[in-house]
Amino acid sequence: MTERISSREQLNALRDKYTAAIEHEPVRILVCAGTGCQASGSLAVWEKMSELAAGTEVSVEFGAEIAHGKNFPAVHKSGCLGFCEQGPLVRIEPLGVLYTKVKPEDCEEIFDVTVRNKDIVHRLLYKNKITGEECFNQDEIPFYKGQTRVVLRTCGKIDPESIDEAIAAGEYQALAKALFTMSQEEVIKTVLDSKLRGRGGGGFVAGKKWQQVAGQPEKIRYIVCNGDEGDPGAFMDCSIMEGDPHRMIEGMIIAAYAVGAQEGYIYVRAEYPLAVKRLNLAIKQATERGLLGDNILGSGFSFRLNINRGAGAFVCGEGSALTASIEGKRGMPRVKPPRTVEQGLFGKPTVLNNVETYANVPQIILDGAEWYRSIGTENSPGTKTFALTGAVRNTGLVEVPFGITPRKIIFDIGGGIRNDKKFKAVQIGGPSGGCLTESQLDEPLDFDSVKKLGVIVGSGGLVVMDEDTCMVEVARFFMEFTHRESCGKCVPCREGTLRMLETLERIVAGQGEMKDIDELRTLADLIIHTALCGLGKSAPLPVVSTLNAFPEEYIAHIQDKKCPAHVCQKLKQYIIDEAKCRSCSKCARGCPVQAIDGKPKVPYVINQDKCIKCGACQSACPFKAIYVA
Amino acid sequence: MLDQSFYTKTDEILSKYPAQERSLIPIIHEVQEAYNYVPLELLPYIAKHIGITETKAYSVASFYERFSFEPKGKYIIRVCDGTACHVRNSLPVLERLREELGLSSQKKTTDDMLFTVETVSCLGACSLAPALMVNDHVHPAMTPDKATEMLKTLREEDAKS
Repeated sequence: MTERISSREQLNALRDKYTAAIEHEPVRILVCAGTGCQASGSLAVWEKMSELAAGTEVSVEFGAEIAHGKNFPAVHKSGCLGFCEQGPLVRIEPLGVLYTKVKPEDCEEIFDVTVRNKDIVHRLLYKNKITGEECFNQDEIPFYKGQTRVVLRTCGKIDPESIDEAIAAGEYQALAKALFTMSQEEVIKTVLDSKLRGRGGGGFVAGKKWQQVAGQPEKIRYIVCNGDEGDPGAFMDCSIMEGDPHRMIEGMIIAAYAVGAQEGYIYVRAEYPLAVKRLNLAIKQATERGLLGDNILGSGFSFRLNINRGAGAFVCGEGSALTASIEGKRGMPRVKPPRTVEQGLFGKPTVLNNVETYANVPQIILDGAEWYRSIGTENSPGTKTFALTGAVRNTGLVEVPFGITPRKIIFDIGGGIRNDKKFKAVQIGGPSGGCLTESQLDEPLDFDSVKKLGVIVGSGGLVVMDEDTCMVEVARFFMEFTHRESCGKCVPCREGTLRMLETLERIVAGQGEMKDIDELRTLADLIIHTALCGLGKSAPLPVVSTLNAFPEEYIAHIQDKKCPAHVCQKLKQYIIDEAKCRSCSKCARGCPVQAIDGKPKVPYVINQDKCIKCGACQSACPFKAIYVA
Repeated sequence: MLDQSFYTKTDEILSKYPAQERSLIPIIHEVQEAYNYVPLELLPYIAKHIGITETKAYSVASFYERFSFEPKGKYIIRVCDGTACHVRNSLPVLERLREELGLSSQKKTTDDMLFTVETVSCLGACSLAPALMVNDHVHPAMTPDKATEMLKTLREEDAKS
């Protein structure tokens, strides 16, 4: 029977009880069960660990997963530890050791050596890629060293499916503080003073939205969380929802209290089934505990929370499209004003923030606005989570203070470029953003500084690109994406993105003309100034940004009919190396258009006019004699 | 004409939600989960129940990428073509899957109704790019050869069940 918490004292008592229980666990094995590690097979590791724990007498009876009586080791699934590249990750406390790339067959050794004898399985430790040194725990790994964890502080350390662990970790303390010691105005003032800015992309001051909603004459108000993380190459919000759902939910309840809302909605992408499952569970547990629903913690304040799943429309990340979708309509943006704070969901005043923004709130309430402003920069306080991906050595989820330089993120935390290639650009802000080049890597990363560079922080995707990436093709890729995802309501976005895409497709196919560059710029300008919503207005940015940073690549495609990175299929030239060719005729037989001629003992030749650049000859050649120029 | 069982099942789903416009998307989600697609014939039925017009129900169901009016295969393979996957070569994986199964961007489901291959904008597994998802299970760091291997395993799994 779940105990309903009906006062602040009871919450504190429960926190102490659960903390004590965790301290009694002689060994605590945390197997990362985020999307990344699960994909790498972490559930099999968890099963094997649980099996081993069941038969071993060293510890405990706490936690939802395993309860085998006293003196058994506790095995838990944890949220994302961030270092997905090295998954499945296993963390063992109280030693604090972090094992990487753990397989089920490693479990017995871990059990013998680490769980029973408190010693280290050296081969599973992360090794510093440069110095070769073994890293014993998280703090020694360069990937974690440069990070500051505020939003992700408990992510990876607790079992996201257990509210008991969240309570033990101090969650819902901020809610209790707000409900029992602060007025609604004080909560809003604290958030306003903290200068917390929306993490969804726009960077609007969160406290201002709250203040405006609180000031509306209409008394029915809604709290909405945007978890429709649609930017390709971004998974920060996914990790928060999966790894520490209660922190975000707590932030939403505090917002509801502050503005006097009675009901809230979390809008999550359907592509995140694990996040949906864990949020549902978290809401159920919080409701049973009396932390959601009627008379929260006996304070008299009531708030209900619902989950709505998206259905694969990128545009629903836009505020008015998102609320339309919750209402059961097509997810299309509308003309503003009226703004969401005035007439949002069901036409009522609505606070709409994203996952990470809400997840920042509890710590601000607990530690105060001044503490929060001590992190980051003056106008962009706090931290930002980024999904670091692409051609970088250490991919994963990172959290850093605003003001850090992209160089630090990519080269210190990310460990530099994979396979010792040369850095070319980093794409920030997804399809609404642009790229930063080598010369911009030492600029501070915050809302206002990057705007001056012509890009946006966006939701936090950082896709690193090396010398093998064609920037024109990247621009085409984003344009294809925004065109496909255009809702079709306004002409500039619906037709403009199509024309830009057609032009880019011509260029990568070697049929571009120099006037295409001017046309791209004209169209971009037009869309930026006339599209209906923020997504449309920013759709041309990846093209503008690559045009500004890499004009020579566009010119090479157009004038020389060459792709400098050898990516664009139509501009590839397959050539047979005479020195390596043994005249075996395999290439000629594999060619679907009979473009290869040759005689025995004479090197074969590809007729470039006939060649359709399919690459069949290259895969057919047993002597690796065919190369791309 | 759909079999009566479709309507019985739909009634069961409808009973879980208030008869309001806002229930439309969650209901379509559940119908799709039950049948792997949204039978077009059910839309007027749902629309009438929650008090909206047929055209409105259709306009919503057809707007969202995830909803399909075509039956899908037993295994729905969603190949991620997000930025991170794209720059780490997700296209060759997609091409291999289509080649092996005789599918294309138009023909998405095999005739034996075993496989559906589609692309998706991002699965949130960017650090293990390129990734794909089979039903609800994410497969990391794919290559064309691993894709072939995966199809073999899925076929064996199907033969056993």
